[in-house]
Amino acid sequence: MSLRLEGVSVDIAGRRIVTGIDITVADGQFVGLLGPNGSGKSTILKTVYRVHPPSAGRVLLDGADLRAMKPRDAARRVAVVTQEFVSEFDFTVREMVMIGRTPHKQAFSRDTEADRTIAETAMERAGCAHLADRSFNTLSGGEKQLTLIARALAQEADHLILDEPTSHLDIRYQVQILELVAGLGVSVLAALHDLSLAAMFCGTVHVLAGGRIVADGPPRAVLTQATIRAAYGADVLVIEHPDTGTPHLIPRRTQPEADKATTYPEGHLCHPVIANGSSPAAPDAS
Amino acid sequence: MCAVDDLAGTRAAQAGPLGTAPPLPPGRPGPARPAGRRRDRIPLPLVLGACGVLLLITMTAGVGIGSVPLSPAAVWHVIASQLSGHPDNTVAGIIVWQIRLPRVLLAAVVGAALTTAGAVVQVLVRNALADPFLLGVSSGASVGATAVLLLGAFASLGIWAISMGSVLGALAAMAAVFLVSRQGRQLAPTQLILCGVVLSAMFESVTSFLIFRGNPQATQSVLFWLLGSFGLANWNQLPIPLIALAAVMAYLLAQARPLNALAMGAEPAASLGVDVARLRRNLFFATSLLAGVAVAVSGIIGFVGLVVPHIVRLVVGSDHRRVLPVGVLFGASFMVLGDLLARTIVAPQEMPIGVITAFIGAPTLIFLIRRRPYLYGATQ
Repeated sequence: MSLRLEGVSVDIAGRRIVTGIDITVADGQFVGLLGPNGSGKSTILKTVYRVHPPSAGRVLLDGADLRAMKPRDAARRVAVVTQEFVSEFDFTVREMVMIGRTPHKQAFSRDTEADRTIAETAMERAGCAHLADRSFNTLSGGEKQLTLIARALAQEADHLILDEPTSHLDIRYQVQILELVAGLGVSVLAALHDLSLAAMFCGTVHVLAGGRIVADGPPRAVLTQATIRAAYGADVLVIEHPDTGTPHLIPRRTQPEADKATTYPEGHLCHPVIANGSSPAAPDAS
Repeated sequence: MCAVDDLAGTRAAQAGPLGTAPPLPPGRPGPARPAGRRRDRIPLPLVLGACGVLLLITMTAGVGIGSVPLSPAAVWHVIASQLSGHPDNTVAGIIVWQIRLPRVLLAAVVGAALTTAGAVVQVLVRNALADPFLLGVSSGASVGATAVLLLGAFASLGIWAISMGSVLGALAAMAAVFLVSRQGRQLAPTQLILCGVVLSAMFESVTSFLIFRGNPQATQSVLFWLLGSFGLANWNQLPIPLIALAAVMAYLLAQARPLNALAMGAEPAASLGVDVARLRRNLFFATSLLAGVAVAVSGIIGFVGLVVPHIVRLVVGSDHRRVLPVGVLFGASFMVLGDLLARTIVAPQEMPIGVITAFIGAPTLIFLIRRRPYLYGATQ
């Protein structure tokens, strides 16, 4: 039960996007894919869920080449949750989750009692059973992600691919979604934006820059000031999370803090928002 | 994990730009249900039964109403005696069997075909405002039909000349759009829409040129054809559209689950085990076939393929196992009713049916857009 990428390179429209990627996701592991925008995280994931064919290397599922598998068979092994999206069409949450049964069904076959049970269980596990009859497009971002996770569960795959599943969510849902996924017991390969969150949930992380893996290993070893500067060109402070002991990354300003705090009256941590959105006049009294 | 708490939390977070807004006071429940939030689906057999009855009623009315009014009983008597092998040769019998029934049946088949094509094109290009003629079929057919009417092409084929011209035009347009919009193995939605629209404009300019060069009398018949009509319907025209509709429908019902997956987008569909490139190609040909056949027998009847799928989705949701069969029955009823209005409103003259369908369809669609804003791009 493992997912392996061996020397995977991908070309899109004649341009090499990622080069020589080696990643192993062992049974039940949570592996993170990190890297700046445009570094090739999504491309690698899309190669795993068969949107892009690799132009070199192989994607192996339990040793079998994923490209040689029938699309339906592969879809029973690998499910995907991507960033929040809007559907042009009006599906309820239950219908949406039922679509997860697609790779298990033949043409003309009806939904059986078993399918319905699987869908209901999936919604229970993902924590969206109370939304079952709601229209998907009316849900909040977090609720949509719960629904898409339920759909992936209904697909009954033992590998879950996540493409920045929490990037538009509030802080509660960011943790809730990753906690949920980590507790499912499936193998997870996730592209994540938030490095500190990745450090909390991933057993192994791979850092990409310019389409190549520049560092990999346990988050504690990988997420250092030097790696982040090399991969992202960003200056961060790394501290230890008081609860988990995992690295926690704090961004730093590139310009020295000049105009903040000093120009506002005492007692105001940040300036009050006023109707037209402009800043209040700098008070002379202070 | 309570729904009310979930929503209240989200609302509160959105309410204050700095996240400092106090929780909503208990007297004003945040998550009170806006209209249309909860979707309870009506059981499919019930909807199908209701639409079946509607179709029977509209068809009976379509055959019964006209310059010689016939009662429903008389209509069904003629049909029953014809089907039992005893042709009714009274005036009523001839009116029903030779004139009105083939016309009503053709309208029903074309209505069903355009609705089906519209529903599928909307998934194919993932755009709720797509219609079956988006992909250039109708404007290609116009060039062919106009060439027949104005230049006398295929004159040896007699009454079949226009159908022949429009079929060839539709085929040429379909091939052109397919070849131009294809990128590798993929038919991507945006490319399809753009190529369809651009090539349509090109074909339309050819049609306009032909009309510009033609004589006024022939131009009149071209305009009438362009707006669509079932005035020339006869039994011989029925088999081809009916067979095309049945074949495409069988294919689509077999692919209803992959269609639902494709409605989520190409990448989710691929991750659900759908061969997206092949499905899109087949859907392109299936919808072009339906639209092309419909245009060949009745001209260009706009708006049905755009509006009817929306009405159907509003009632039964977006699951194609429901949308497709209900769409066939409802689309057929809609078109039979439209044709009935077209030939009775200004009787004894006959209006082009495209005038009717657009006149009913446009306000209907606007009503739907305003009622379900979140489906059409508005944020809540």
